[in-house]
Parts: sequence; structure tokens; C-alpha cells
Amino acid sequence: MITGHFKTDYSADEGIWSNWPKRWGLVAALVGLAIFPFVASNYALLLAGQIGIFIVAVVGLNVLIGYTGLMSLGHGAFFAVGAYTTVAIHHEWPLTFPLITLVISTVVAAAFGVLFGLPSLRVKGLYLAVATLSANFIILFLIEQEWLAEWTGGISGTETPNAVFFGVELVSQQAKYFFIMPVMVLMLLFAQNLFRTRFGRALIAIRDKDYSAEILGIALFSYKLKSFAISAAYCGAAGSLWAYFFPAILPEDFGLNMSITLVVCLVAGGMGRTLGPIFGTILILLVPELLKIVAASITGGDATAQTWVSPTRDILFGLMIIGFLIFEPMGLVNIWDRFWRFMSRWPFAK
Amino acid sequence: MLSVSQASLAFGGIKALDDVSFTAAPGEITAIIGPNGAGKTSLFNIISGFYRPQQGQILFDKQNITRMRADKRAELGIARTFQNIALFRGMSVLENIKLGGHTRLSTGFWASGFFYGGARREEARLRAEIERDVIDFLELDHIRKAPVAALPYGLQKRVELGRALAMQPQVLLLDEPVAGMNREETEDMARFILDIQARWGTTILLVEHDMGMVMDISNQVVVLNFGRQIAKGTPDQVQANPAVIEAYLGTSDRSKTDAGEVTA
Repeated sequence: MITGHFKTDYSADEGIWSNWPKRWGLVAALVGLAIFPFVASNYALLLAGQIGIFIVAVVGLNVLIGYTGLMSLGHGAFFAVGAYTTVAIHHEWPLTFPLITLVISTVVAAAFGVLFGLPSLRVKGLYLAVATLSANFIILFLIEQEWLAEWTGGISGTETPNAVFFGVELVSQQAKYFFIMPVMVLMLLFAQNLFRTRFGRALIAIRDKDYSAEILGIALFSYKLKSFAISAAYCGAAGSLWAYFFPAILPEDFGLNMSITLVVCLVAGGMGRTLGPIFGTILILLVPELLKIVAASITGGDATAQTWVSPTRDILFGLMIIGFLIFEPMGLVNIWDRFWRFMSRWPFAK
Repeated sequence: MLSVSQASLAFGGIKALDDVSFTAAPGEITAIIGPNGAGKTSLFNIISGFYRPQQGQILFDKQNITRMRADKRAELGIARTFQNIALFRGMSVLENIKLGGHTRLSTGFWASGFFYGGARREEARLRAEIERDVIDFLELDHIRKAPVAALPYGLQKRVELGRALAMQPQVLLLDEPVAGMNREETEDMARFILDIQARWGTTILLVEHDMGMVMDISNQVVVLNFGRQIAKGTPDQVQANPAVIEAYLGTSDRSKTDAGEVTA
């Protein structure tokens, strides 16, 4: 299909939409995203919104784990910071413009990211994973405190505001979809650009060989903290969207459980790749729903059958993740690569 | 250009460097030789900033850099390669070399993320510059998109030299650039080193065991043994120095007895 490279200048060679399948694939994906809410059911839109929000967070986690090579099991907490900052801002100033709230939530989450990223200057790998684990407990502990309950709703959770753009309140799933998706696309693009220029290259260098990066003039100290800030900021943005998307939030929506889900999405999709977070998130969030539908059609709503079908579903899901790690350790994106390598030679060779 | 004065570095009771002093003259090649464990790489490590010497100073262009962080020294223009290749193995040749340009670019976080505008222009300029001064110069055209992990050893060494060259350094530290290479590869590398010196007037420091190459291309040779500097001078002077001959070849029993007879 694509038989060679016929570029005549270096800028063209540096381009990321360098051939027609990529260009038209992008156009098709964007058109598909725009048409989707007009044809999909409310249930599908609910899933799509949730997936879009998660993609933002997983892209952020990818900056840290995938590109900088620093482990974190605390990013669910930064997600919570974003969500609760949004709630708190609307509690104080109910009419704040949603994009301003989004930006502030992002910045606050980034600040927390820097704080919990400080151990990364001394420890690596599993030790760092354990150190970041503390973010889940400390931040949720704060959210549940009595003296913050006026803004956070404390342990029993709180209702969340709807986004209001110029007098139009985003209530329906469809309207919310049109808030989430543009933010997601722009944040994806930003991350993609980051890793083909100086800043992102420096992070990748730190991942691949830190002392070699240092010798090239990359200040490890500041770049590691910036990486934490960026990844926490993405999670904060996701949290803010989450608060606008769901009618209410609880502290236990976030925390360790969500932190682990984010890492699983990233690993399943493929670390250190642009498309990895997208594929991984879709897979991890969609498969349980598909299994639910399959299970419902088997049992036909029979209550006694439900009792054994639903645990079976969880076991299947768990097995699927293990299978993935064994057979496709580079993630879904590796299958995608293989497919395109095949297509580039087809139909001339296999 | 670069001078080390009375530098000492100890790890616990082991003296890796003991009172080492020399000056690398601008635009010249200074070789540092010595048997294994003589402290050559330790010397490189205090110059590039991985270790801080307990005593003594390192001056770069009359500026004291003894306590400066490694990445700051890189910004000043000190580049190095490593004995056991320290390339970014997951990246292509081109990406590795681009990283050498890090200190010379200015694109920050926001400009990187928005890309269209300053970052794009700067990337295009960097690419053109690297193609001309590094890839073409070191004859790496045919492998620029290849992942470095797949390249043979000799080429990896050359890519690492290219990455250091992309920094447009004032001082270039080469840690065993031809170790493990065959004759032809060694000659290629020697030619590249001389070309770099001739084209950019770079001050070069070289740690190497290949005596043929060292004596051929260096302007000055510094000899270390057990952390101490035992000789310094032109290749000819060093080759004739008895202390150097002793460190490299050892003294035979007969020469000892001969010496004994003379003193007696």
C-alpha cells in the first residue's frame, strides 16, 4: 500500500501525518467522533464520555510511566483533586466559566503532583511505586475531613455542578459529550507534540539512560518533577471533566482502585506510545460492559443465574488481562503496528 | 581551555586519583593513558561532573567548575562518550543525535506542546544542522532511521561520538573510542577524531589503550598509574620515560640486579 518514502525535505520527514492512510485515518476518526453522539444511545454516550475522560488521565499517566520511566500508583488521587477542586470552585462561585474551572483544577492537581513527585529524586522503580501509593491515602483522608466537608461533602460525597456555557447548561449526555471530546482531542495532540520536540525527548532520554541524559545537559531534578506535574495535571483535567459528567461523586470513586485501573489501561494499551492509552482504555472499560450484555442475554434476567454469572464475568476479565500480559506484553498498540506493517507490503508480499 | 590542578579523589581508603594536574591546550588532543585501574575514567568522571574531587580544582575557560552539576557543565560545552556505550537503546540514530542538541535549543514545555510556530522552526533547523555537521560528517546517512540497538558495535561507538558532536562542544572527552575495534574501524575513528579537531578546533581529551593510535594522534600524553600522575609530555617524551616503561612493562629481575650492581 505504501511502498516507500519519497520526501524531498526534512520538515516533511519529521511530519507525523506523513502518509495518506494516517491522514485519512485521522480525518475518519474525527468525523466519527463528531457523528457518534447523533446516532448513539444514551447508554453508549455514557460509556463514551467515561472512556474519553479516562483517556485524558491515562495519557497523563503515560507521560510519567511510559515516557519518563517513573512508576506511580497514586494518580487516582490527582484525579480526585481535579474533581473536588471543580466542585469546590462551583460551591464558592457557582457561575464560573467551565474552562476556567478546568484550568484551575488542572493547575491544583499539578501542584499536588509535584509534591508527591518529590521522592522520585531519590528512589526509583518499585520503591517509587510504594512512595506514590501514599498519595491515595493522604489525599482521600483530606477530602473526608470534617473541616473541608463544606466544599467536598466529606465521606458521604457531594452533588456536582453542570457545566454552563454562555447560559446553556450541559445536562444531556449528548451535550456533555461535546464538552469532553474536544478537550480530549486537544490534550492528546498536546502530548503527541510534546514527544517529538525538545522537552519530550529529554523525558524519554531520562527513561532510557538517566546518566547519559545528564551528560547531555538535561537537569534530571527539574525534568522529573515537571513530568510528575504534567501527568498529575492531565489527571486533574480528567477529574474536572468527571465532576461535570456525573451527577455526584464519592471519595471512594477515586483512590487506589482508580490508580490501579489507570495503570492497567496503560499497560494493556502500550506504554510510551501515543495510541496506547486510547486502545487500552477502550479495551479495559468496554470489555466488562460487553461481558455484562453477554451475561444478561444468557441468563435472560433470571435472578438465580445472576448470582453465578456476575463473578464468572470478573474471572473472565481477570484472565483476559493476564493473557494480555503474556501474549502481548507491548500492549494492543503492538497488534496495530503489526497490522500496518502487513498492510504496507500487501498485496505484494505477506 | 581545561585544566585540572592537584585533584585527588578517594573512595574510602582507595585513592582513585592522587594529586593529578594537567592542562589540555585549546584545539589539541590530550591523551590519558595508564594500566587498568589507573584512574583514567575517574578523572573523566570528575571532569564531567559525576564525582566531586575531595581536593583540587577543575577550571574550564578560567571558570572554576569543580562543584558544578553535570548538566550545567554540558551547557558550558563539555561533552563526553562512555567506555561501554551509553546510547538510548530504544531510539533511532537520528533521535539519539538530536538529543545532543538539547542544550543548544530553547523550546520549553508550552512551545513543545503547541508545536506549530517556534518549536517547528527550531526542530527543522536542528535537523538540517545535524544532517550537515554530524550525519554527513560521520558517514551515518545509511542508518539514520535504524534503532541503535540493532547496530554493530563500531557503528554504535560512532553514533555516540555523533551525539556528543551535536552538542557542538568546546571540550570533547572520549573514553576508549576504539576499544574492541578492528584495525579498519580504528583507523576510521582516528580519522574522524582528527577531522573534528581540524574542522572545529575542538579540545579533545582521550582515554585509550591502543598505544599506536595514542602516539599517532595526540599532542600531549598524560600517564597515570595507581591514581598518580607519573609522566606528562609529548608522545616521544613519554615513550622514553623510564617510569612509564616500568609501569607498562614492569621491571625484570635482571634489570633490578643490574641496577643493584651499579649502586653497589
